[in-house]
Amino acid sequence: MSNQNVLEVKNVDFFYDDFQALENISMNIEKNKVTALIGPSGCGKSTFLRTINRMNDLIEGTRLEGNILFDGESIYQENIDVVNLRKRIGMVFQQPNPFPKSIFENVAYGPKIHGITDKIKLEEIVIESLKKAALFDEVKNRLDSSALSLSGGQQQRLCIARALAVKPEVLLMDEPASALDPVATAKIEDLIGELKNEYSIVIVTHSMQQAARVSDMTGFFLMGELVEYDKTDKIFENPSDQRTEDYITGRFG
Amino acid sequence: MISLKKKRMLTDKIFKVIFLIFISLGLVVLAALIYDIVSKGIIMLDWEFFTRFDSRFPAKAGIKAGLFGTIYVIGLMIPITFFVGTATAIYLEEYAPKNKLTDLIKLNIANLAGIPSIIYGMLGLGVFVRYLNMGRSVLAGALTLSLLVLPVVIVSAQEALRSVPNSLRNASYALGANHWHTVYKVVLPSALPSILTGFILAISRAIGETAPLIMMGALTFVMFTPQGIMDSFTVIPIQIFNWTSLPKAEFELVAASGSLLLLILLFILNGLATFIRYRYSRK
Amino acid sequence: MSDLKNKNKKSWTSLFFDPKIRYMNSKNNKNGLVNYILILTTLVSLITTIGIIVILLTDSFHFFKEIQIFDFLTGTNWNPLIEPNKSYGVLPLVAGTMMITVGSAVIAIPVGLGSAIYLTEYSSSRFSKIIKPIMEILAGVPTVVYGYFALTFITPNILKPIFPNIQTFNALSASIAVGIMILPMVISLSEDALNAVPESIRQGAYAMGSTRFEVASRVMVPSALSGIISSFILAISRAIGETMIVAIAAGMRPQLTSSFLKPIQTMTGFIVQISMGDTPVGSLSYYTIFAVGLLLFLMTLSLNIISHLILKKYREVYQ
Ligand SMILES: Nc1ncnc2c1ncn2[C@@H]1O[C@H](COP(=O)(O)OP(=O)(O)OP(=O)(O)O)[C@@H](O)[C@H]1O
Ligand SMILES: [Mg+2]
Repeated sequence: MSNQNVLEVKNVDFFYDDFQALENISMNIEKNKVTALIGPSGCGKSTFLRTINRMNDLIEGTRLEGNILFDGESIYQENIDVVNLRKRIGMVFQQPNPFPKSIFENVAYGPKIHGITDKIKLEEIVIESLKKAALFDEVKNRLDSSALSLSGGQQQRLCIARALAVKPEVLLMDEPASALDPVATAKIEDLIGELKNEYSIVIVTHSMQQAARVSDMTGFFLMGELVEYDKTDKIFENPSDQRTEDYITGRFG
Repeated sequence: MISLKKKRMLTDKIFKVIFLIFISLGLVVLAALIYDIVSKGIIMLDWEFFTRFDSRFPAKAGIKAGLFGTIYVIGLMIPITFFVGTATAIYLEEYAPKNKLTDLIKLNIANLAGIPSIIYGMLGLGVFVRYLNMGRSVLAGALTLSLLVLPVVIVSAQEALRSVPNSLRNASYALGANHWHTVYKVVLPSALPSILTGFILAISRAIGETAPLIMMGALTFVMFTPQGIMDSFTVIPIQIFNWTSLPKAEFELVAASGSLLLLILLFILNGLATFIRYRYSRK
Repeated sequence: MSDLKNKNKKSWTSLFFDPKIRYMNSKNNKNGLVNYILILTTLVSLITTIGIIVILLTDSFHFFKEIQIFDFLTGTNWNPLIEPNKSYGVLPLVAGTMMITVGSAVIAIPVGLGSAIYLTEYSSSRFSKIIKPIMEILAGVPTVVYGYFALTFITPNILKPIFPNIQTFNALSASIAVGIMILPMVISLSEDALNAVPESIRQGAYAMGSTRFEVASRVMVPSALSGIISSFILAISRAIGETMIVAIAAGMRPQLTSSFLKPIQTMTGFIVQISMGDTPVGSLSYYTIFAVGLLLFLMTLSLNIISHLILKKYREVYQ
């Protein structure tokens, strides 16, 4: 049973200085599934997502209690290699954030820092990643032009390709489509469906329809607590907590 | 053979140490400089040092002329610079339209900030001393230094004004205040601490300025204090410069005493600026 | 007639005042005087520039009446004071300035950029807060004090043990002191440039599993490159114009040499030497300082403009 869970979150509390942003979160995230996190603004979804690849370490004065196991190993133990952790757990942000480099260099960045120097190998990885991110056909003739010349939706898919290029096991996505128009959003959603065969995906979203469309499991956060976590169908059709029902039926939030 | 991962970690650590050494370098040099100046400067520093004029004999040399000269020049320069600098910043931030002329003025100010100070001395010599016939007076010196520090004062005052939130301005307009009242009663007071911080730092620089005043023709060996703004003068850093160029070894100690005095002034003014900044940034 | 007058007035005000500001139309406008004062003070900076250019051009005109510009710019012997072999080739002074500039840049640029990276990528914000006022002190130390320090401390206590044949006045100690003087400027401008890179880009780099050094060297520095380079250029321009340190510590011997251990003279050092001396106003020797000053002005001005152009291009990237 436990080797089906890629991540096991155990009684996590999280603090920004004195402010407690997460309270006693426990959940198991399954391998090769899409897990959606929903909840009103400010309830701690992003904070939670960023505890998984320890991005919160970059913010001064933050503190975590409890534990998170990745592949059965604690990611908050003393000697953990955070750099390697972030290689294995990729992240896509709310706003596309390509580096001000060429399209090719953006995707090649990860493999390069992780030691691949062979030109042909790099090219293979870049093309493969761009294909997986469903971007290759649109950019194949201008891999050397600046990433900043792409449209917002293309930039976001480039960021996905960039994350895939280091071959992560888990992909964290923080409202990846919130800055995009409906067409680009649909493309990203299709992509997520494809990617789950190879990766475990955790996606934060503001849109309940999106959660219902793309995810297998859904967790509902409210004011730093995980109110309910279950199969997506169950959450949307027959939630067991009154607060969840209120939220998904639009009675608040 | 170390693994690539170890190598990356090692590179990271090595550069951390290198960068730390780099940043410590500045601190170490500052410490060495302070130690050197204090240990040498304290020897000849007594009350007499402040009450005596310069002399050919190191033991009898004093800073009185430079001290009074600096007080006169900086004292006259402060109101001129503060007024012109703040007014220019207010114009540029609160009044100026977005057009070519404004761009030109801004570009010009940025360029003025990069012109060597000795060139300002040439300007002072040409315009104030010769053309306007002020002679090598306190007034000419103060005006020269004003022009020199104005670009810095303007730019830091502009930044201070820019950091005042627009909501404050709108609140004032909503009460029916006109533009100037809004600027004078609302924007300026809330930008004042930042403006002062930048201004005090600029004054602290001006006290140490030597080249433009030498160029403008300030005297080096002076046996009197100025009585009015049309009198000739010298300043502390010029006396130090003069002492460093004298052959007698004891003058090295006298120069250190003068430098110590400048460092103390620097610490007081920078301390004041830092105090104002932290005091008001907490709010 | 009065129509025309009105129209003129209108275009005049819109040249100087943002049309969105309605205070000019206010019925009982008592603040008219303020407007004039603000414009007048702002014109001070324009007049300053014009004044500098006029003074430098008119006074160096007297010089170039007698000395060919070409000889001035290409001559390798600078001896404007002592008869009988007066000679006005500025190259030794330019070379002296270049030595100080290169020497100080070699110190200040790597140390400054490294420090800026440490402050933005490695250190805690508490440490940065402590460093800031210390750097302001370092930036505020009067240049005469730096010159004194170079002459009486750096040369005898640091350099002499390493280079026993170093002379009392030398280019090396002056370069080091100038390097220290421009260091705070390089640090704070490079730090500004690094901080101007959007936080999301830094986060993106960390999320890829980069080390701090990789984030800095492969993402942050390349992204901020134009801003960083423009800070280098401004610092170099400052070094070119630095006067008191070189006047005190570098010596007064205009010579073409490649040795940093010997005395040299820079353009600024020469100007100070003349203005300290008893050169009669109106003599050719007197006008040399304006010719040298003009050259100095043009050199620093072009560097400032280059740095401005680079920065302008850079701002467009993130808009
Ligand atoms: N860097 C920070 N410092 C202090 N408090 C923070 C910080 N980041 C977030 N918070 C606080 O933590 C709480 C959770 O924020 P978080 O960004 O995780 O919410 P969220 O669910 O992602 O919201 P949204 O849907 O708007 O993105 C909020 O109250 C927020 O104000
Ligand atoms: Mg969020």
